[in-house]
Parts: sequence; C-alpha cells; structure tokens
Amino acid sequence: MLRRARYELAGRAAFPILTALEAWQHRLKRSRKQPGGGPFGPPLESVRRLKELMAHHYFQGRYADGAVPVAWVTSGFPVEVLRALGFHTVYPENHAALCGVQRLTPEYSDVAEAAGYSRDLCSYVRTDLGSVLSSKTPVGRLPRPQLLACCTNICQTVLYWYRELSRHLGVPLVLVDTPFVHGTASAHQLAYVKEQLEELCLVAGRVSGKPLDAERLVEVTRTAREGSRLWGECLAASRARPAPWTGIDGFFHIAPIVALRGTEACNGYYRLLRDELEDRVARGVGGLKEEKHRLLWDNLPVWFAVRRFSTLLAERGFNFVSTSYTDAWAEAGVGIDPDDPIGSAARTYTHVILNQDLPNRLDILRRLSRDYAVDGAILHSDRSCKPYSIGQVDLRERLAAELGIRVLLLEADHNDPRSWAAEPGENRLAAFMEGFE
Amino acid sequence: MKAPARGAVTGVAIGVDVGSTSCKAVLVDGAGRIVGRRLEPAHPRVEEQTGRLVAALVAEAGVEVPVGATGYGRKRVAAARVLTEITCHARGAHALHGGGGLLVDMGGQDTKVIAIGPAGDVTDFAMNDKCAAGTGRFLEVILARLQVPLDEVAGYAARAGAPVTVSSTCTVFAESEVISLVAEGRPAEGIVRGLHLALASRVAALARGRPGTGPVLLSGGVALNAAMVTALAEALGRPVRVLPEPQLVGALGAALSVLERIP
Ligand code: SF4
Repeated sequence: MLRRARYELAGRAAFPILTALEAWQHRLKRSRKQPGGGPFGPPLESVRRLKELMAHHYFQGRYADGAVPVAWVTSGFPVEVLRALGFHTVYPENHAALCGVQRLTPEYSDVAEAAGYSRDLCSYVRTDLGSVLSSKTPVGRLPRPQLLACCTNICQTVLYWYRELSRHLGVPLVLVDTPFVHGTASAHQLAYVKEQLEELCLVAGRVSGKPLDAERLVEVTRTAREGSRLWGECLAASRARPAPWTGIDGFFHIAPIVALRGTEACNGYYRLLRDELEDRVARGVGGLKEEKHRLLWDNLPVWFAVRRFSTLLAERGFNFVSTSYTDAWAEAGVGIDPDDPIGSAARTYTHVILNQDLPNRLDILRRLSRDYAVDGAILHSDRSCKPYSIGQVDLRERLAAELGIRVLLLEADHNDPRSWAAEPGENRLAAFMEGFE
Repeated sequence: MKAPARGAVTGVAIGVDVGSTSCKAVLVDGAGRIVGRRLEPAHPRVEEQTGRLVAALVAEAGVEVPVGATGYGRKRVAAARVLTEITCHARGAHALHGGGGLLVDMGGQDTKVIAIGPAGDVTDFAMNDKCAAGTGRFLEVILARLQVPLDEVAGYAARAGAPVTVSSTCTVFAESEVISLVAEGRPAEGIVRGLHLALASRVAALARGRPGTGPVLLSGGVALNAAMVTALAEALGRPVRVLPEPQLVGALGAALSVLERIP
C-alpha cells in the first residue's frame, strides 16, 4: 500500500518538480546559444514534452517494484495483455538504446564479455546484460521484474537473452514464439501463436495476482491501435516537401510507441506532436532549413552517432524523410482489433517486418520510397542485428534498379562504437552525397 | 544538380591525394594532362607535406594555381575544392580512359569498386569492409613476411604450380597462417599466387552486380603488380586495363574537379 502510494507520488509530485527544473536549465542554456546557426529548422516544441514523458516513465519505474507488477518486455511483444493487467513495463531494448546514445555500451559490454558473453552477440544484449550484472544504468534504477516477456518476432536472439535474464534474476519467462512468415502466415501458424497468447493471459494474470479483465483488454487494445495510428500520422507528415522534421527526430520520438504503447500518455503525446507537425507543414517549416535531397533509412539507427550523422547529412541538405524502423511501429499496430484482441494480436504480431521474408521487406522499402518520394536510400548493415541486415545486398540492388535511386550500404552497429570505423564510414557517406551534387 | 560537363578544362590546376600510404600531387595543363608530379610516402604532418609538394608544383607552373584535394587527409589541405577519393578517382579515370566504365582502385588501406557514368559521375560504388584485408597493405605485410621483393612478385606467381590457399581474412591472422604454411614446407610461389587469387576474388565479390562488358579499369598502387592484374582478370572474367600512372588517378581527379568550378 505504502509502496503503491510512493510509486504514484513519484509520478505525480516529485517528477513534475524535476522536469520544471530541467526546463528552466534548458531555457537558460538556449538563451546563451547563438540564434540562427546550423542547418536545421526551428526545433520541435514537443521535444520537451517527450523528454518529460520518458523521464517520467523511468523515474516512476524506480519505485515500481513492490508497488505494481513489473515486467521486462521485448519491443515486439503483444504488450496489451500486460498493460491490461496493470504491469509497469520496462523495455530493455529502449533502455539499451538510451545507453547507446550516451556511448555507455563499451563499458557495459566489457562487463558482459568478462562474464563470458560473446562479442558477436547483439550489442543491445551485451548492453543490457552488462547493465544487469554491474547494476549500472543512466536512469538511476531499473525496477526488478516479476515476469520476463519475450516474443521471437524480432529475432531468435531475444529468446537466449531473456533466458539469461531469467537465470540471473530468478524470475519466470513467458515466451510467445512466432513462426517466420513466408508470404502470409498460415491458419495453423496463427492458431499456434493465439494459443500461446491465451496461455500468456493466465500466466501473467497469476503473476500480477488478479485475472485478466476482458473489458480492460478491449480498452487497452483500442488505445494501442490508436497510438499506432497517431504515430503513423506523425510519420506521414514527412510526405510533405519540405518534411517538417528530420528522420533523426523520428528515431528519438519512437520511444513512446515502443515503451508506452497502449497508454493514454503515449497517445496524448502523439496527438500533440502530430498537430505540431501538421502546423509546420501548413506553414512550410522544415526539419532542415533547406531540404535538397530526401532519403530513406533501413534498419536500426546508429544510436551513438545519430547526431553526428544527422549533422553531416543536414549540412548538405539531406534528410531522412522515412525509415523502415520507425515505420514498423505504425504499420504493425493498426492491425490489432478491439473486437478480437487475442486473435488480431496473434496475426499482427506475427507479421512484423523482421518476421517476414525478403520479398515482403522489399515491398515495404519500395512502398516507402514511393510514398515519401525519396531520391536515395541508406541501408544500414548492422553488425549486431543480423535478421535486419541479412539480404540487404539484394535489397540494395533491387531498389537501385527498380526505382532508379542511389542506394548506399553502410556498415555500422546500432549500439557499439567499437564496431564502427568512423573515418572510412563517414567517407562513404560523403562520397554518397557527392554523387547527388 | 546536373553533373557539370567534363573535359572543358581551361587552366592549370594542382590535385593532391593524401592517402594512407602515400601522398600524391599532380599539376595538370589546360588539356587535363599531367605535366608535373610528386609522390612520397605519407607523412603524419599532412599540412607540412602537402604545402611543400604544392609549392614545388607551383614553382614548376610559374604561377599560383588552384588546388583540389582528396584522400583521407584531404580536409587538412589548403584547397579550393575538397572531394572524397571516390568522386576523384571516377573523374581521373574518366579523363584517362575517355569514358565511363567500372573502376577498381586498390590502394594501401582500401579497395573501391566504382561505377562511372558516361559523364564521369559516380553512379555506384562499393568498398572493402572496415579492415585491411583485401588491400595493398595486406599484400605488403604478407610479402614482407615471405621475403618476396615487390618487383619479383609477378615472377613468383607465374612460376607457381597449384595455388596454396590462405583462408584467414584478417591481415594479422593471415600473417601467422603464412608462417605456418612456410614451416610446413609449402612453396612461397604457391602461397603468393594463392594470396593474389584470394584478394582478386574478394574484389570480384565487391564488383558483383555492377554491370558492364568492357575492360575493368584499374588504379592505385596495387595496379603496378602484374600478378594482381592477371589474378583480377581471371576472377572478374573480364580484361583489366591498368590506367597510366595508376597511383596518380585520384590526384588527377582532384585537379580536374577544381577546374570544373572555374567559369
Ligand atoms: S538482434 Fe536485432 S532484433 Fe534482436 S535484439 Fe538485437 S537489435 Fe533487436
């Protein structure tokens, strides 16, 4: 009871004071900066609210264990069930990305590697296991889970990762295994996933201490679908010329749809963002001061170099107007249906981009290239994320040949700067851009 | 922006290519021909070295001329125009070959495959992984280990019977692999040939999917190695044309690029 009150209080009272303090510091910093510099358009007003929202989420999380049930969840997990049961969810991938941006991965990975985990593992995994083993985190504290929830629709690595978490933390693991889809999932594949979701409802209900309320699940499903729709509308604003924000902005704004999907807080934020973007489109305000070339990005962002990349590109008038990564969160979620929460979740979560074959991936890239009228594409060949990077040589050739656009294959890693050769890499980027001039 | 017309050079210019192994500078005349050249091992003090090379070429020209720079150290050169070596190699090769085509540039630190359009523009390119395997440095290290002088490489490869396979793709590991092959009594000739074939097949993999039927153009220091030229032609299944003064192609492109900007 007391813990619950502290959890609520952390969100309602302590946190607003902290954010007010940060906002004040932010204003102070801004007033000191020279106005008008740099290749970017005016910053998004919503960004401050985004920081508040995410900081609030992590801050409240510090007080979550013991107050509410806590689950650690993979990004592609059918989270609606957990949400309906009142779980506070932590997304290790989102947390790892946060560490990546702050270049903490080498430090955390060293801990994981010293414990025997291979450097060839995904850098999210190494970041997370290193964080768990060393109890280090940039967010103060992560609440301990009572449940680990893993869905293999993004990769098989997550299964082994979560098994290790289960071993270290001594908590149960629920698995939703989604067979890889060639074309469209067959009826028996969907039945197999649906059965697991039904079991999930029972197991998670037992862990949370109360059974799943069917009405609440319908409500959460509706909210989650609405969130995906709103996120899609935010992304679609970039069909305008100039795009009202940069692709890099999009990478950062993905946090709520990943970590807070199915909550009103998430949807409220995206409404605000969408309105701001649409207003910028109406006024012709761009993410760049001068948008000369429009690009598509495939695969995860290179978190530790995101700002560097965006500046290098922006200085020459290049903007990512679409990315398959941010699009995935708009695309998948709209398929869930409040009238059939479990059946539609089985279908939707089985058909996410990383669980589909290459022709499907090519279709998505082709469609995004056309919808967003891009002149070029960068396919990030991510050393860590094998399922996303496999087949990119063929995708590159097909995209270039079919759409007549320039396509660059850029080798990097989403979280580990040790796998990124900055000098040759930036050289490739520069040569790619020179090709447009 | 449309690619500017090439070949309309109207003055003299200097091009500097600061590579990982060597530093190159050329002076070109109004017709885009190389009329002065300097080539030295790369020095860590880029500003000093390039300043000296440029001053020497300016003295040859007798007048101040604009400078274009390329290569890894390009940003540290006092130049009117700075472009990546990918763009400059394309410009240089286009001028030397008199048209577009597929260029393989094998330098000290990287190998590039560049598709050049009819106007000298880069239509597509690919480079070796972020590692020295498949580059001039790789060959240099291993040949030094085998004590094969560079000017005898072609003879070694030609004399070889069956090639000996060197399976490691890492320069450091390949070096130790070669040591054990030698210890096993494998002939140096076979190892040299095996190395060249392995390298050539890696280049051919980079060139995969880049169309064209004419000769593949070759530039960079490795182009002076006849054994590599033979191995490449074999792996690519196409004739290979070594560009004249292959090490200077990037510098030439840098000089030409600066002339494009002069109205
Ligand atoms: S391998 Fe890829 S999909 Fe799997 S956890 Fe790592 S980044 Fe995510």
